[in-house]
Amino acid sequence: MDKDLTQTVQRVLMRHGSNREALVEILHELNAELGYLSQATLALVAEALKLPSSQVLSVASFYSMLDLEPRGTHVIKFCQDAPCHVAGGREVWEALEHELGIGFGATTPDGRWTLLTTSCIGACAVGPVMLVDEDIYGNLTPERVRQILKQVAERDQAGGAA
Amino acid sequence: MIRAHVLISGDALSLARGAEETRLAIEAELSYLGLDKEVQVSYMGHVDRTDALPMVIVFPEGTRYGAVRPEDGAYIVQEHLYKGRIAQHLLAPPETLSGQIAHLPGRAGAIEAQKRVVLRRAGIIDPTSIDEYIAHDGYFALGKALTEMQPSEVLKTVKDSKLQGRGGAGFPTGLKWSFVVNQPGTKYIVCNADESEPGTFKDRLILEGDPHAVLEGMALAGYAVGAHEGWIYVRGEYGQARERLEYAIKQAEDYGLLGDHIMESGFDFHIHVHAGAGAYVCGEETALLESLEGKRGTPRIRPPYPTVRGFRDQPTVVNNVETLANVPAIILNGADWFRSIGTQASPGTKVYTMLGDVNITGLIEVPMGITLREVIEIYGGGMRGGKAFKCAQTGGASGSIIPAEFLDVPMDFSSMAAKGAALGSGALLVCDEDTDVVDLAYVLVRFFKTESCGKCVPCRVGTVQMLEALERLQRGYARAADLRRLEEIAGYVQETSFCGLGQAAAVPILTGLRFFRDEFEARVRH
Repeated sequence: MDKDLTQTVQRVLMRHGSNREALVEILHELNAELGYLSQATLALVAEALKLPSSQVLSVASFYSMLDLEPRGTHVIKFCQDAPCHVAGGREVWEALEHELGIGFGATTPDGRWTLLTTSCIGACAVGPVMLVDEDIYGNLTPERVRQILKQVAERDQAGGAA
Repeated sequence: MIRAHVLISGDALSLARGAEETRLAIEAELSYLGLDKEVQVSYMGHVDRTDALPMVIVFPEGTRYGAVRPEDGAYIVQEHLYKGRIAQHLLAPPETLSGQIAHLPGRAGAIEAQKRVVLRRAGIIDPTSIDEYIAHDGYFALGKALTEMQPSEVLKTVKDSKLQGRGGAGFPTGLKWSFVVNQPGTKYIVCNADESEPGTFKDRLILEGDPHAVLEGMALAGYAVGAHEGWIYVRGEYGQARERLEYAIKQAEDYGLLGDHIMESGFDFHIHVHAGAGAYVCGEETALLESLEGKRGTPRIRPPYPTVRGFRDQPTVVNNVETLANVPAIILNGADWFRSIGTQASPGTKVYTMLGDVNITGLIEVPMGITLREVIEIYGGGMRGGKAFKCAQTGGASGSIIPAEFLDVPMDFSSMAAKGAALGSGALLVCDEDTDVVDLAYVLVRFFKTESCGKCVPCRVGTVQMLEALERLQRGYARAADLRRLEEIAGYVQETSFCGLGQAAAVPILTGLRFFRDEFEARVRH
């Protein structure tokens, strides 16, 4: 088994204790550190908490912020609920699909972008909104979406060059 | 004697844009004009908008200026504080009031900051400073309760105040607490901060803007019912709220205001924060408790209610953030004071998020019983583009689609219920004449389909079937029988779903059909 993975899991478990009540938070933190929850990760958690792996998988698959498969470098989560929809969300969503060339749930072939939707994230006054990784972008228009995608790409390039 | 306060945004971005120089310029001008003894200047932490930084807010008027360059500082002092008139051209642009703002100050008819209950400190104090909270009457209510009142008196005060749960259902808070008091076992206080109703973000701003108020409310609840441990279940998406809470808890423990032997009284109360990971259904109190125990967030059968068997199967009070934030003010000022605000049946204020086709969107705190028309006119600045009001959606699962005839119904729990609608969690999504009600219903039902936990058939299958029928309507394939079927399924979903989420999933369709049936029928293919 991957040594790094084992260490990461142990470190997170240490913070929370081997406590079943902390399972959601443990998985959430591992998801953030590892990018997603692999079968191997879930198995380690199950073993440490002395739970059947089916129960750990059942919890991991329930919550929308927990990913069971690898995602792109950047994950876009677009809010599709009523306040954002009323504020012109459909056009923005179509622009996202068009710009990235992928639909809901897909990852671009170069592995850079994953396009998902999210339920309301509580930033409705500046709708339509989307999350790019952890950052919230509001007052979106198709034009602004193009700018943001470009900015993020440029930042990556600058980061890669540095 | 301090007659005015000048707050300057002191976050990193403001400082980078010269907030320090602006502050120095303001202070220099104040002392030049001899106003430095009567005007207090200080930094504030977080203004929830970045477009007009550095921002300067002058109280008591609550006038917002921004962006204020150092050379504008002296002018604001001369005009506003010396001559007493607003420096119009330096005001923060009104259209950018839209956004994550804590309140809309200085508008005609608005509740002034000092008369707000829940948001009286949000946006005014630095939420990361317990000293500022204490300076604004913070932890006074807890002190009063622990030194002067018996637990039963605290409970009685909350009962007499007629405070109702602000999560959407409006259940009397004091009554809920009283169910727990006489239960055997270890009691818990749980704060439901899993705010996920589409269009609602009031709890986030309370937690981010005034976290100690919620902690104090929980401690008071604990004292009243005899609990020594509290849990805040905050939704996974609210990272900042969670950080603020954890920091606030640590501060309060350092000051001896939480933890063991609070204020030397012998009363212990510990608070923990637990983050969710993305599931709307966890706002349902029994699903929340499951999630708090590290399980899938599926609802439990009720009864037994959480007041009998809740967290760890022990008697548990589950209260919404806004509800708890009301409690310290009630204890401090008394039940009569609280009942003097709002309506007789629903006293107090309500925090709403106003969204949609109005000129100004954002967060407001208004007395219970204000009408939707007043809210739109006074706070929303009227309908955007002068268009006609068509309907409003009063908030996610627990709300309804309401037509223009509701514009003058007092917005409180009982008046809305008497008209067959629900006040909900506090979202007011205002829609103008161009709104397609079928489309609105579609988007709302899609939300419930996505968020259904899958435990019971009516909700899991019913939401899919309702969505399919709505899709056929939208595309023009639907026959009259499809519409009848849609209404029938919606009735089953409402009547037979296991929990409130499923029961509410049908509401957009049922209220949409009730008030806008012709629009649904117009889509039917003949």
